[in-house]
Amino acid sequence: MSNARSSVGVAGTALMSKLSLLSEETRREIDHWVAKFPPGRQRSACIAALRAAQEQNLGHLTPDLLDAVAEHLKLPPIQVYEVATFYSMFEIHPCGRHHVSICTNISCMLNGAEALVAHAERKLGIKLNESTADGRIFLKREEECLAACNGAPMAMVDHVFHENLTAEKLDKILDELK
Amino acid sequence: MSDLEAKYADKMNLLVFEPLKLERSWTLPAYRSIGGYDVWEKLLTEKPDRGSIIEQVKASGLRGRGGAGFPTGTKWSFMPRNSPVQKYLVCNSDESEPGTCHDRDILRFNPHALIEGLAIAGYATNTTVAYNYIRGEFLGEPAPRFEAALREAYEAGLLGKNIRGSGVDFDLYTFIGAGAYICGEETGLLESLEGKPGKPRFKPPFPANFGLYGAPTTVNNTLSFASVPTILRKGPAWFASLGPANSAGTMIFSFSGHVAKPRNLELPLGTPFADLLELNGGMLRGAKLKAVIPGGVSVPVVPGDIMMKTNMDYDSVKAAGSALGTGAAIIMDETTCMVRVLERISRFYKSESCGQCTPCREGTGWMNRLLQRMLAGEARREELGLLLDVANRIEGHTICAFGDASAWPVQSFLKHYRHEFEYMIDHGGRSLVTEQLGARAA
Repeated sequence: MSNARSSVGVAGTALMSKLSLLSEETRREIDHWVAKFPPGRQRSACIAALRAAQEQNLGHLTPDLLDAVAEHLKLPPIQVYEVATFYSMFEIHPCGRHHVSICTNISCMLNGAEALVAHAERKLGIKLNESTADGRIFLKREEECLAACNGAPMAMVDHVFHENLTAEKLDKILDELK
Repeated sequence: MSDLEAKYADKMNLLVFEPLKLERSWTLPAYRSIGGYDVWEKLLTEKPDRGSIIEQVKASGLRGRGGAGFPTGTKWSFMPRNSPVQKYLVCNSDESEPGTCHDRDILRFNPHALIEGLAIAGYATNTTVAYNYIRGEFLGEPAPRFEAALREAYEAGLLGKNIRGSGVDFDLYTFIGAGAYICGEETGLLESLEGKPGKPRFKPPFPANFGLYGAPTTVNNTLSFASVPTILRKGPAWFASLGPANSAGTMIFSFSGHVAKPRNLELPLGTPFADLLELNGGMLRGAKLKAVIPGGVSVPVVPGDIMMKTNMDYDSVKAAGSALGTGAAIIMDETTCMVRVLERISRFYKSESCGQCTPCREGTGWMNRLLQRMLAGEARREELGLLLDVANRIEGHTICAFGDASAWPVQSFLKHYRHEFEYMIDHGGRSLVTEQLGARAA
């Protein structure tokens, strides 16, 4: 962790601004969310802001980006850190740009999800929670149920649901990720 | 069409799934063609007493469809309607109870019913601002569908300020979460909506008094809100007559697991489980039914032969030793090793515990590690007692119902299938089911 991070003070009193790390598009997206809440309640936009920042950075957040979000929303950085580390859709370590979550919760488990995970691990040469060396695919450990239980087994790939999966279907989906 | 399908043909899709027979059922013209927004427009012109709307919802017998089954109209009546402060309505579209997958279809296929239901609830509780909290994983399809419907409703002048000159204001906003089961708990959801980790609040005070930003707030499930327009259009008495006593109306039943053709079916409460199973194509590969978790993974497991004699309504499922919960039945056939299933369930609770209450944070980990030891053949007989002891020490000792939900599967699996756990401990981690059925076992 660089020393630069500790130079950011509370509520946007940054000694060294990191705002420029957020693209104009990201900032527009954050402001679109801030507008949905009453004045002074911009903290409510924290989740949306982190999602925008993660998207901008191709799939994961960095400490500097967390600070930039805090600065933009005028929040103490800790309030952004605690959100970034609580929710499972935020990645705070470098990982592959395509997030592949094979659901292994009960309905999918009963329909062969564990074999699908093993198949993906073999094919990609990585374990759950790892990324391919070329940075293409992050095989996420998904503990939650993704709410497509009557299409089990299923996987979510970059927010898109793929239901009634077989090993062949999964191969095709993985092969098409650029 | 099978005989059974013919028998249920006129009972299917009476409420929230009514427009599903139409092309592009999620669009405003499709929804309007079945009488959608008629109730809302009538409210805007006639402006009846707000309390009378709540009385109608009470009379219908609608109970919260998110799992707890609390009467919706009663919940609305708790809102301080005449308080001058900004009040809020919040819809819980954070669908994440394992096995449950019908709110996703409401968002995808009939989002306007939800929008109209929220608007009506806004009028009834004198609330002008609402948020729909949609789980982060629905970002790809359900959330955009809902957003598109919301734009249509605004463009048609059905929402906004001083709607059609009525003096009625109603603004509805979409919120999108980021992956946390606990945000389905209503106060965890409110914390999340405030931009914080979704750690549930101690109740009381209840959200009707201290909710979003500390203001009076009503939180209901997606299916509950989406049911309201049709209830008012066709009448509370019609709705109440669809189901047995204490279980008015219809439910969207989600069957999953070892079923041949799992799908979401909207049918009256009180429909026999056996009929629902057959309407879902029966058992996968024609195997024998072993066990059912009838209402999402947080309710106790029930042996299959008991479920085959049980109707799917609040009182009947309770009498069978479980709860209707979300109406999502997880079906397990004879090849299922109950130790493995319980290990997976316990891993879910361990991973999703928000961590603020010690019994839950520590206990869910204990339960999972004990079960892993059994699967690895490392457990001793006395650890079964320890497992139950840990579950009992979580139940009733936490801020929210998550703790109870983590304990009930353990208690019920041990109650009905203890011999499978004992066999595994005594045989170095080998599964009784696998040994009895050989290669057929999962």
